[in-house]
Amino acid sequence: MNFQLIGVNHKTAPVEIRERLDIPVASLPDALKRLVQHAGVDEGLILCTCNRVEVLAKTRNGSADLRAFMRDYFRVEPSTYESHLYEFSERAAIRHLFRVTASLDSMVVGEPQILGQVKEAYATARTAGAIHSHLDHLLTRAFAVAKRVRTETNIGASAVSVASVAVELAKKIFGSLNGKHVYLVGAGKMSELAARHLLAHGAASIFVANRTHERAVVLAEKFHGEAILFEQLYDTCDRADIVITSTGAPHAIFRREHGELFLTRRKNRPMFFIDIAVPRDVDPEMNKMDGIFVYDIDDLQQAASSHLADRTQEADRAEQIINVEVDRFHDHLQTLTVVPTILSLQDQLENIRKAEISRARARLGSLSPDQELAIEALTHGIVNKIMHTPITTLKSAARTSEPTTVIDVVRRIFNLTERDEAQTAPQRPDSPEESEN
Amino acid sequence: MPILWLRVALGFYALGLLSALLALTRQSGLLRIALPAMSVGMVFNFVSLAEAVIPLGPVALTSVHNAESLLALLVMAAFMIVYFIYGTTSPGLVIFPLVFVLTFAAATRQQPFLFTSPVLGGWLIAHIALIFAGYAALFLSFTASVLYLIQERRLKSKKLGGVMSRLPALQQIDEIGYRSLLFGFPFMTLGLIAGMVVAQATFGHLDFLDPKILLSLLMWAVYMVMLFTRWNAGWRGRRAAYLATGAFVAALIAWSANYFSAIHKVVQS
Repeated sequence: MNFQLIGVNHKTAPVEIRERLDIPVASLPDALKRLVQHAGVDEGLILCTCNRVEVLAKTRNGSADLRAFMRDYFRVEPSTYESHLYEFSERAAIRHLFRVTASLDSMVVGEPQILGQVKEAYATARTAGAIHSHLDHLLTRAFAVAKRVRTETNIGASAVSVASVAVELAKKIFGSLNGKHVYLVGAGKMSELAARHLLAHGAASIFVANRTHERAVVLAEKFHGEAILFEQLYDTCDRADIVITSTGAPHAIFRREHGELFLTRRKNRPMFFIDIAVPRDVDPEMNKMDGIFVYDIDDLQQAASSHLADRTQEADRAEQIINVEVDRFHDHLQTLTVVPTILSLQDQLENIRKAEISRARARLGSLSPDQELAIEALTHGIVNKIMHTPITTLKSAARTSEPTTVIDVVRRIFNLTERDEAQTAPQRPDSPEESEN
Repeated sequence: MPILWLRVALGFYALGLLSALLALTRQSGLLRIALPAMSVGMVFNFVSLAEAVIPLGPVALTSVHNAESLLALLVMAAFMIVYFIYGTTSPGLVIFPLVFVLTFAAATRQQPFLFTSPVLGGWLIAHIALIFAGYAALFLSFTASVLYLIQERRLKSKKLGGVMSRLPALQQIDEIGYRSLLFGFPFMTLGLIAGMVVAQATFGHLDFLDPKILLSLLMWAVYMVMLFTRWNAGWRGRRAAYLATGAFVAALIAWSANYFSAIHKVVQS
């Protein structure tokens, strides 16, 4: 079915590389348009989170040059990132997508956010008109598989999210979180989650600053915290012991001079910066300052890796589910390649049958309803018997790697004409709106 | 007899140190042996000291080996106080080896009394006990500094696994260091005053140019500056750790003055 996938993730590329390949949400529709205009690409989806940048495409012949797309789109020297790229096609691409959506490829395996992020990418691509039937079918299946993994394994139940890793680190610095103040810079989902964890472990209060002040107010109200105008960020930040940043700013918003200012005002009481933004919000230089600790998303991964072992078992079970589902979907896709031929064959024979009946009818004269039925049954029986062997042969050929020869033979023997391409598209089993629940 | 009890104590301290070090390399329950062993060692250490002091009076503490034994006991006591307040055994990393070395030195060689004063037995014992309590606190503070620097490096370099993962939280280590500094300061101050009273009574005057007195005053000054900067400028963390290390080195130098000062050598000369 010619699925191709290319990308980088947290395992193959450090954050410095990933942030260069970051595509802001606002530019995604444009990127998608350029993707589907790229040679050989029919449909496309771009998944861009802080841990990965991936391009998924349904291509005409399975050999579209997606590297060329990346070279064209990102004005980044290819040598800096190309060694970090992975590429999958067909079955491997399906498998990768299923694993990503089911959170098996996540930095923290089992974390729940990735499913939402894939759904968002899907919605964006649909709105941009980059997704039609094939990717639609694939993505819908991926969501269903993710759901299955989540319900049939414990992978999500004990999920040590980035947020709880952050809590653990905070405890390594502060001991108890009682009376500690938390500052959210940027009102994203992830920082909200981290804040909830910190509060649950005793943190005293929350400040929220966001470029869109209204969102800060909404989030602050949720935690009975205090919303602060973004302009006052630097004047108020020293009140916080723990700062969680997740803004979409293109450059670091906390730099050395800010750190020095905060430390002076705080009489050198330590500060913990959790930077979950890509590109990063906190200048890594700040980590060198006495009393300031900076952890970015990559560091959190390292800290989380100790938990991975505990969940290997659940992850293994999840992998098995993925394997089964990939097989099933792949078989399904393969049969799709013979579906047009089968339909043509059925059409062809049905037409012959109808034509022969109408010719014979003139000679037979008037028939009783019973006789009508008998003729219908007789002709149907003959046609079905004739069709049976070709259809089963086609279906079993579909599961092999080279179904085209058989398709070709059947078409020639029965003199079948090409059917319209659109009719080969799979019917969507359920709408995406349903699967979101 | 005291020397026998001290050697028994040494045996237990050795067992404690060994199991603590082994617990570091293999993540086993060996720490459960270390604490009881060290506690039993403390009891024998105390018995040994008591037996030495009871027949002779406080002047017994002025022999080098008894002094070392007393310092070992006080340092262990400081460790135990921290353990009961904070529930951490991490300072043992630095403290157990020191206690072992002190006890080992005290249990293997017997030395003559360094000092005797015809007068003021009460002042003398006060001087020794207070100064040593101050030393113990200062050493604990130094230990905390070492642990702080280790933990800080771990947090900064983001390598959090391994044998050091039982270290207490950074702020807790900082607090242990600061509190033991605060705690040690009055002891050190009063101990120095008591020492001056004894010296004055013995020699009739105070020779401020004597290296022992000079260095002791210098150490006290460093100590005070350290507390002051911490209070006032909020020096903490890495800089405070360096300062505590500095104060500890000053204390070591003041201690080493015993070997070339006239005051503590009065008997031998």
